[in-house]
Amino acid sequence: MTAAPFRFFTRFNLTELTGLKAADLDQLLQLLTEVPGACIYHHTHRFLQQHQYLSPEPPNDFAYWITQILGERELGERLASIDIVSFVRIRDLRNEIIRTIRDYLEEYPKAHARFSSPGEEFYFMKSVSFVLPTGYAAKDLREFRAILSRITFDSLYFHVFEARLRLENGSNDFSVWFESMGETKLAGAFTRLDPYTSTMEQLRGTMLKILDNQD
Amino acid sequence: MNDIKEYIPFVGRAVIDDLGLLSDRLKGKVVQNINSTSVGGGVAEILNRMIPLLKQLGVDARWDVIKGGGDFFEVTKKFHNALHGTAAGLTARDFEIFMETSSRNIAQMDIYGDIVFVHDPQPIALVERNSGNKWVWRCHVDVSAPEKGVWDFLMRFIPRFDAAVFSAPAFSRQLSVRQFLIAPSIDPLSDKNRELPQEAITAVLRKYGIPEDKPIVTQISRFDRLKDPQGVIDAFLMVKKHIDCRLILAGGGASDDPEGMQVLEEVREKARKYEDIHVLLLPQNDLEVNALQRASTVIVQKSLREGFGLTVSEALWKGKPVVASNVGGIPLQITHKYSGLLCHSVEGAAFAIKQLLNSPEYARKLGANGREHVRNNFLLTRHLKEYLLLFLSLYHPEDICYL
Repeated sequence: MTAAPFRFFTRFNLTELTGLKAADLDQLLQLLTEVPGACIYHHTHRFLQQHQYLSPEPPNDFAYWITQILGERELGERLASIDIVSFVRIRDLRNEIIRTIRDYLEEYPKAHARFSSPGEEFYFMKSVSFVLPTGYAAKDLREFRAILSRITFDSLYFHVFEARLRLENGSNDFSVWFESMGETKLAGAFTRLDPYTSTMEQLRGTMLKILDNQD
Repeated sequence: MNDIKEYIPFVGRAVIDDLGLLSDRLKGKVVQNINSTSVGGGVAEILNRMIPLLKQLGVDARWDVIKGGGDFFEVTKKFHNALHGTAAGLTARDFEIFMETSSRNIAQMDIYGDIVFVHDPQPIALVERNSGNKWVWRCHVDVSAPEKGVWDFLMRFIPRFDAAVFSAPAFSRQLSVRQFLIAPSIDPLSDKNRELPQEAITAVLRKYGIPEDKPIVTQISRFDRLKDPQGVIDAFLMVKKHIDCRLILAGGGASDDPEGMQVLEEVREKARKYEDIHVLLLPQNDLEVNALQRASTVIVQKSLREGFGLTVSEALWKGKPVVASNVGGIPLQITHKYSGLLCHSVEGAAFAIKQLLNSPEYARKLGANGREHVRNNFLLTRHLKEYLLLFLSLYHPEDICYL
């Protein structure tokens, strides 16, 4: 099957401050319902971008703050365990975070009383993304493999994380392209990967191995 | 002046190529930086490094300095203290002096930038000259708890900018203009951070009479109560009950600061009876700071308040395990138990130092993670990239911008 070449893009991120902050779980919940989706995206992906060399990487910002600052370890663990890869829309991920905190507060009402010291509040921020073409394009799997092996983490990040959840493309860009080429099995193998539990270099290595091992 | 290509060994060619991709999008734009001094101070140091690198990348970056007399700079020093939350005793006359000098600069300064990048409060009133070009206010100061009077005064100007930039999330507040988080950075090629041969490190220890016989715990900072040197000694003495080690408290720049000299004397007095505590008043000598950091087993930054605390990134870049207070910009640099240990008290600092001294493998892992964290997030190249993105954001108001 002939498909359009896969054009590799990259993306850069700038952090925008909102001036909004929460000192306890009730304030956090309230703001979680109000802030833009770009905030939810930022706080569930910041650690991943900043700690791309670590596996396992630290959890999302909500889980980290609730564990380290409020001392609610169980809620922190529940939030860290949210399977982000199973969400294809930010609003669904937002709802899951809100539901998890609400359920916990119903179960443990004393958690309402936990608060942070001044200066340790949760500061809401959002990601501003700048997307650029890299100039690389692959016409077939052989070219695709060669380019994948040398693109930057930012480019890999864009096609795997940002395109799937932030641009709500439903799957990672690579799988979508494989599908368009009739490479259904390969598309499925890439879709099944959980990119949230490996470093970017490990993720690239796994992808290259899948490409090398296909029949 | 360093060549941008000299950073490739630290961050890889792709990062430098990416800077080129972004700067290409700024072709034809003039970025006019304005601050209050061309020498001395952190802002001038940053601009002295950044402007040549931006030019190498093809960005037409320029730098102008406002004019002001002694009375103006006395007032802006008060502004600085008041923004840090210290009672500065600002009077109505002080604000008049500020506006008199500002008015002269507003009338005389040549404003030619497509983007006018104003650093800190001193030149802030120049925004009166905003004529539809893009204006950004870069606040380098900790404004997490400013004195209300001075902040209200600055708020006469801030809404007239197109964007504001702060160094830490805690410095932000709800504003009518876009505000961005851009942390400062360290330069891996500077004397303070470049690799040093072991002989150079040993020579510095010898110079200050510090034997290499036991683990060394170090805090590098000005002798300032907000850096809590007394608390560091208290924590060290708790550690010392269980682990034989040395403490270095080293810092410079106290000679022109009367309170600094007093703090130094108090620290020396407290340390006098312990031969394993070395209190060093260093001249402005970045190479010696570098050597002391590299000679250390654990590095501490037990500040009570902190603007950003770049000494933490300096230590992490050297692969050192760090114990630091959870204040200011420090939590951006240390993620607790991943790239260092955060503490909130003398006892907490002592416990963390003991953990690191007793678990060298864990300490090594934290140090290695810390170095990678700095490589990804706190080197000069990241700072350059974010300035380029900031300039581009002025022409792209959306959250996802296709360039």
